[in-house]
Amino acid sequence: MLAISELTKTYDTGTAALRNVSITVDEPQVVAIIGPSGAGKSTLIRCINRLVEPTSGSVELNGENLTKLGSRDLRRARRHIGMIFQEYNLVERLTVMENILSGRLGYVSFWRAFRRNYPPADVAAAFSLLERVGLEGYHNTRADSLSGGQRQRVGIARALIQSPDLLLVDEPTASLDPKTSRQVMRILVELAREQKTPTLINIHDVQLAKTFATRVIGMQEGRIVFDGKPGQLTEKVLTDIYGEEDWSTEAAPVTAAAS
Amino acid sequence: MIEATWLRHTLLVLGLAYLVWSLGSLEVDWERVSKGLPRAGDIVTRMFPPDFSRWELLSRGVTESLEMALAATFAGMILAVPLGLCAARNLVPMPVYLVARGIIVVMRTLHEVIVAIIFVKIFGFGPLAGVLTLIVSSITFIAKMLAEDIENMSPGQVEAIRATGAGFAKMLLYGVVPQILPRYLGVSIYRLDANIRQSTIVGIVGAGGIGQTLSASFSRYDYDFSLAILLVIIALVFIGEFFSSWARGKLR
Ligand SMILES: Nc1ncnc2c1ncn2[C@@H]1O[C@H](COP(=O)(O)OP(=O)(O)O)[C@@H](O)[C@H]1O
Ligand SMILES: [Mg+2]
Repeated sequence: MLAISELTKTYDTGTAALRNVSITVDEPQVVAIIGPSGAGKSTLIRCINRLVEPTSGSVELNGENLTKLGSRDLRRARRHIGMIFQEYNLVERLTVMENILSGRLGYVSFWRAFRRNYPPADVAAAFSLLERVGLEGYHNTRADSLSGGQRQRVGIARALIQSPDLLLVDEPTASLDPKTSRQVMRILVELAREQKTPTLINIHDVQLAKTFATRVIGMQEGRIVFDGKPGQLTEKVLTDIYGEEDWSTEAAPVTAAAS
Repeated sequence: MIEATWLRHTLLVLGLAYLVWSLGSLEVDWERVSKGLPRAGDIVTRMFPPDFSRWELLSRGVTESLEMALAATFAGMILAVPLGLCAARNLVPMPVYLVARGIIVVMRTLHEVIVAIIFVKIFGFGPLAGVLTLIVSSITFIAKMLAEDIENMSPGQVEAIRATGAGFAKMLLYGVVPQILPRYLGVSIYRLDANIRQSTIVGIVGAGGIGQTLSASFSRYDYDFSLAILLVIIALVFIGEFFSSWARGKLR
């Protein structure tokens, strides 16, 4: 399905954000990518749909090398790759329905998009996704009047209406409170499993990663330093990824000296 | 503040000296000023009462000015779009950006009155020269504001649309237009208001509209008619300003 091999990205500033990253995802699974900030998680998933141009290496999705595509073919390929963002990135002044249907932009003509005249099948799919993400009745609400959790659910619906072959998710819960975070993750993972869509989720919350992913990849300084099951995330592994820290969930009693 | 008293006094004296010197170097012809004052009084007396008897001429001038302003705003709104898009650094390649910015800068350096004079030289007296002048200034104004709004828009929304596989046109339609449309309309309405005012000015150099009627009345010493025209211009600009702020308020 997805085969990333020896992917490298060096930004114009000289920062080596990815160094020889290779990942193969050959079943529809939810992969959590964890690592400290600056590890290159965002760069990695943005190199897949080429919002960032990789420096070298290849990304194959269902046998097609995405890094070699011209701009026309790249747009065609992007129609099959859904993306969900930390800051939701909804079009603020458009309605929930328009935002969800914008996931079909790659398929409809400019003129249809202009008149908001989407095929009935797309509209039906949008309504059913709206219900699935728990926003029934919100189709005419403007995106800028939604709460963070609601926005992210619209973001999920927009990505899933693409019927993607791959879902790229960048810190979906970093701007949400803990309870909303879990709700959003649950909806996301449920829908991804249902549609059998392989999913890469950047997430810095190890607990959430363990709960919702079937595979965890640990990154540090542009390299993969762990790739395994959530259960294999031992203290030693977390130290490899994040550096020295006490990883036990029970906090030691706070002493005066510690503060 | 300046603490030392002597320093303060010295500065004050120096300042006064400079003022006197610079007034002297203006070479004000006091004789002409003293002759002008009574003449001003004379003009003012002859302006009263304002003469509205030639209201047909007046209303023709007003209509022409309004038509010039409306046509120029509309044309400016449309023509500013391609120029504004090309002048937004985050949408187009560097060479396109530089050319578009260059056009805007050059077009902005020329004052409306100078542009009007040039167009009058080319197309002769009348509203055509006036409309063209207003179109030029509307395009540059709206395009510049548009480009700045596009450069300041949130890149995330655009990126999300690009990630769905949308091409440039659809990206504009969903990623850019919703973000800039209210401001674009607001700027255009503001420009309509400005164009109403400008349309009275460009008439002075013969480019049509109520300004041309005013200028003609002055040269014929019909000062009472001039006052009538001035009052109508004031009313026109006032209504324009009122409408513009009302409409822009509605957009929010
Ligand atoms: N557009 C950019 N230009 C230059 N450097 C960048 C850019 N984006 C990210 N970086 C750098 O690349 C490294 C990886 O960043 P990123 O992929 O955002 O990491 P993460 O998502 O894991 O926090 C960081 O050192 C960051 O400063
Ligand atoms: Mg990141």
